[in-house]
Amino acid sequence: MKISEKIIESLLWLSAAITILVTIGIIWVLLSESLAFFSEVSVVEFLTDTEWTPLFDVKRFGILPLVSGTFLTTAIAIAVALPIGLTIAIYLNEYADARFRAIIKPLLEILATIPTVVYGFFALTVVTPALQQIIPGLAGFNALSAGMVMGIMIIPMISSLSEDAISAVPKSLREAAYGMGATRLQTSFGVMVPAASSGILVSIILAISRAVGETMIVAIAAGQQPRLTLNPLVPIETITTYIVQVSLGDVPHGSLEYRTIFAAGITLFVFTFALNNISFWIKRKYQEKYD
Amino acid sequence: MTNSDRNRLKDKAFQVFGIFCTFIGLAVLAIFLIDILIDGLGRINWEFLNNLPSRRAHRAGIYTAWIGTLWILLMTTVIAFPLGIAAGIYLEEYGKKSRMATLLEINIANLAGVPSIIYGLLGLEIFVRLMALGGSLLAGALTLSLLILPIVIVTTREAIKAVPRSIRDGSFALGASKWQTVWHQVLPASFGGILTGVILALSRAVGEAAPLIVIGALAYVPFAPASPMDEFTVLPIQIFNWISRPQAAFTTNAAAAIIVLLFITFILNGIAVYLRHKWQKRIKW
Repeated sequence: MKISEKIIESLLWLSAAITILVTIGIIWVLLSESLAFFSEVSVVEFLTDTEWTPLFDVKRFGILPLVSGTFLTTAIAIAVALPIGLTIAIYLNEYADARFRAIIKPLLEILATIPTVVYGFFALTVVTPALQQIIPGLAGFNALSAGMVMGIMIIPMISSLSEDAISAVPKSLREAAYGMGATRLQTSFGVMVPAASSGILVSIILAISRAVGETMIVAIAAGQQPRLTLNPLVPIETITTYIVQVSLGDVPHGSLEYRTIFAAGITLFVFTFALNNISFWIKRKYQEKYD
Repeated sequence: MTNSDRNRLKDKAFQVFGIFCTFIGLAVLAIFLIDILIDGLGRINWEFLNNLPSRRAHRAGIYTAWIGTLWILLMTTVIAFPLGIAAGIYLEEYGKKSRMATLLEINIANLAGVPSIIYGLLGLEIFVRLMALGGSLLAGALTLSLLILPIVIVTTREAIKAVPRSIRDGSFALGASKWQTVWHQVLPASFGGILTGVILALSRAVGEAAPLIVIGALAYVPFAPASPMDEFTVLPIQIFNWISRPQAAFTTNAAAAIIVLLFITFILNGIAVYLRHKWQKRIKW
């Protein structure tokens, strides 16, 4: 009896411990292949060169064009998702009645369940042609359309996390504002949003992290031309798209070209890891401010 | 106009803007879905579902893709379901206050934030190369299992947490051991919640293309996979492949395949919502 209990407990422990192995695996894989890469390419070149052409005859290994492409699509996505998502969060909390909220929240969640390859299709075949009507110089592949569609995808992320943060603000603060004769709008932006600012910040950071790592939308609609630019109208390439591009090709295992995807991967990992941990830190530091 | 009138007007204006924002996402979603249906619905027929891939758009089908997706779905369930639930049980029922548990918790939260394409790189080196599984279904399912493991663990924990203390105390009072309590009381009581979480995680796995592309799943597979060691493709990769081609006929194919993929995704989500609803109603502590 006792022994079987012990065996079961160790099996359960083992299952939980696998997650540690996954983390170790990710770091080991990224580090070992990247170190092999950096034995041939200097870190300084990698971080400062303004061209990324590992698949061409004249090879340059500057990650900056991929980083700028990633930054550009992420910035556009946040520019779309933040105002809309935050407004939805405020509206559902301060204006809408409970029944409307109960219906609308699951509907908004649908946006987050649609596969990203489907969003890529929309960006390429619906949004880009529509934008080309308004912006004549817009290329067929561009950061603008991919970023905007990505923004729509992450609206529910910002709206639901921000809403949780706003609804966690004690009722007494809201009532005090109403008692002073404030309108709902003044209450929202004067009291509720500042009081929930740490939670809202967490939602934004997690949304940025999601956008940075997003792959299929940008691989389909943003192009495959690494370019150090902040112009949203021309084809660019993100870190994630580059990894997909190499994976689809015939790059021999163990070659320098093969290792570039791990160097790109570790760059991506560092960004998302930093963003996630900043969000944990904010959450832990400010979570129980009102309790 | 007095100051307070102006404030009231601003308040009304924001209300309208709020409604606008709430519906703009849904409106875009509706436009997308209608566009997809117009583009692709006419293309869906028996041949499309049963034809092998082809260079000629009108003869190409999604047979290998949806068979591959079903295999991946099944195998990912078999791997991630027991592993994720076991880990969730351990963290919630056994190792709650240990330092190890804190470490595991932080680690799982971090894993949940790792981009899916990084899991692809992990799968490529560990499963495809080191374990020499190649671009097989098994390598793909293992990769996706690791990807959804954090989601399964977190939802399992939440479902178990919702089971009240008194159920456990009652079981212990009757002389049940820890595992007997977990197996006969806690798990049955939380199973609805766990199942909901697992299905939602699977619906995420079904839509993933990036990690599978990285581990070397192919766009063109001449035959449907018949065993876990076979090469494979899945619907999202087939869709991606067709979108990348310039001919309009392939875009139509992509739209049709998207309808099938969305159908599977919505069915999974529908089951999850139904289960959640059913369990919430039945169990009242």
